[in-house]
Amino acid sequence: MKTLRIEELSKNFGSTEVLRKINLEIDEGNFLVLLGPSGCGKSTLLNIIAGLETINEGNVHIDDYNVSKVEPKDRNIAMVFQSYALYPSMNVRENMIFGLKQAKVSKEKIEEQLEKVSRFLQVDALLERKPSQLSGGQRQRVAIGRALVREPRIFLFDEPLSNLDAKLRVEMRREIKKLHQQLKTTVVYVTHDQTEAMSLGTNIAIMNHGVIQQNDTPENIYNKPSNTFVADFIGSPSMNLIKGNLKESSNKISFIANGSNVEIPINGYNFNEKSNLNNKEVFFGIRPEHIFFKKSNESDFEITLKADLSEYIGHEQIMTFDYENQEVLAKFPSTIKIELAKNTNLFFDLTQISLFDAKTEERI
Amino acid sequence: MQDKLQASYKQLEMKSKYTNMFLRWFLYFALILFALYFIFPLYVMVVTSLKTMEEIRQGTLLTWPSGLNFDSWAVAWGGRGYGAGDTFLRPYFWNSFKMVIPAVFFSTFIGAMTGYVLTKWRFKGDQWVFLFLLFGCFIPFQAILLPMARTLGVLGISNSIIGLVLVHTVYGIPFTTLFFRNYYISVPTELVKAARIDGAGFFKIFFKILLPISAPIIVVTVIWQFTQIWNDFLFGSTFSFGKAAPIQVALNNMVLSSTSVKEYNVDMASAIIAGIPTLIVYVLAGKYFIRGLTSGAVKG
Repeated sequence: MKTLRIEELSKNFGSTEVLRKINLEIDEGNFLVLLGPSGCGKSTLLNIIAGLETINEGNVHIDDYNVSKVEPKDRNIAMVFQSYALYPSMNVRENMIFGLKQAKVSKEKIEEQLEKVSRFLQVDALLERKPSQLSGGQRQRVAIGRALVREPRIFLFDEPLSNLDAKLRVEMRREIKKLHQQLKTTVVYVTHDQTEAMSLGTNIAIMNHGVIQQNDTPENIYNKPSNTFVADFIGSPSMNLIKGNLKESSNKISFIANGSNVEIPINGYNFNEKSNLNNKEVFFGIRPEHIFFKKSNESDFEITLKADLSEYIGHEQIMTFDYENQEVLAKFPSTIKIELAKNTNLFFDLTQISLFDAKTEERI
Repeated sequence: MQDKLQASYKQLEMKSKYTNMFLRWFLYFALILFALYFIFPLYVMVVTSLKTMEEIRQGTLLTWPSGLNFDSWAVAWGGRGYGAGDTFLRPYFWNSFKMVIPAVFFSTFIGAMTGYVLTKWRFKGDQWVFLFLLFGCFIPFQAILLPMARTLGVLGISNSIIGLVLVHTVYGIPFTTLFFRNYYISVPTELVKAARIDGAGFFKIFFKILLPISAPIIVVTVIWQFTQIWNDFLFGSTFSFGKAAPIQVALNNMVLSSTSVKEYNVDMASAIIAGIPTLIVYVLAGKYFIRGLTSGAVKG
């Protein structure tokens, strides 16, 4: 039994297709992050799970019940919003118990829940305050509390940390993580921030143009992006995608960048399908953090490039190199001194590379 | 060199000080002049209403009255006590209240509801509904007098307070809707979503979540509607006469139907009486008026 199962879900706003044939499953207790650029449909998907938007095609199942046409309040979900959406005219207590009162829960039970949750979230001293008298972090905590008292099957978070300043955001991120570890409730969490996604999710579904590009663990998303969109979206700076061709001769496979004559041996690469590789046009993907200044691995490939640009950002520096008129970014500790416009020996960690078909942009 | 610079800075400093002082005095002078200009008619009205006819004939407009003589106020409010042809304001004053209070209440309430639907329960073609409602703000009221008279006739409520309540409610809705719609559009829709997940329905969300935060715009709407309806002459004079007339119509009849002498003191007293309720509403709620017009609904 899956806690949440979405089948072949499509959604249009007029003639605009917002979601296209979405399939998604979450196991009990998992933390799924919907990640993507703005306008990719992730918030719409969340609203559909909540029942706040109607569906054009497909179904949503919660605990194997088809809830596609069920009202939000009967779906056993709770939602935390970006703007907190606390009711301005009610104090914290009234905000937190509003849902239970609507559901006609007994007074004793309401009090019990309120006390438990408000102590758990340390908002018990704020119960009589109005939302306007709370700080951003406190409001966020009350909003989470309002969701918690309902004891939902699934928590839905819609960019809950976007309105907080950078420092508070990191703190609240940790609190949400702790909360999930303690409660082990299933969570669906929407964000456009990849750090949030990576650090919180047990699963990440990356979306673009209403389609799920990859739904996988954070490790696989980072190490084995399934297409160039994911490769480019995750990581900062994003993965270098060097255009070139594959060359296959007597069981040896190598990559040659456009305009270059250096053959990079890639025998160790784990191809999805090992056929028709010769002369294939591909993107050779390597992350800036997998290019080294010193040889660290026996399989590292040595290459000589010239640096064009240096960006110092404190604990590290990002160098831009020229590789036959293609930009290659590399990340080094800031203690290393590299001179611009001079030949520099670099080492590519070939165990960490990704290869993509240049036409389909899919991983090969 | 250094000294020279210092000296010229001193000079510039003095110069800017004098310029500022001059401008400030000029500002005060202009403001006082405008204030006098605006207060002058009110002064004449109050002073004239306190004079006897004898004093009015002998003095000028600006002459101070010889004493506090409220006789003309009593006449304006309660009449002279003789039978036919004696028009006075008291019954019409209450007529106006019987008309204004329900009309303001219904138009405000319906406007709030419509604004709520147009912003938080969007439906296909809602922008057209809003556009047509806006038309209502721009239609000159003279244009609808005939169809409205016919409607009132069919409904059997012409020449009645209820008829006027209906007219003012209907023609208030475009304005009140505009006010509430523009206010609610700044209320985050997430509030409504949260309430729906919490299990609140259409009316509960309106009464429990939105209405409690609508005080500023309610005040604005009430002031606007109260002033409009209280001061209305066109609808009042067209759709009512005799005993069902509101105060503005009665005031007109009183001033124009004086048979012998023009009693300026009674006329002035009547005009002031007819204007007092709107003044009171402004004084009581005025500070919310500006606040409501300028403030957004909810932050964060």
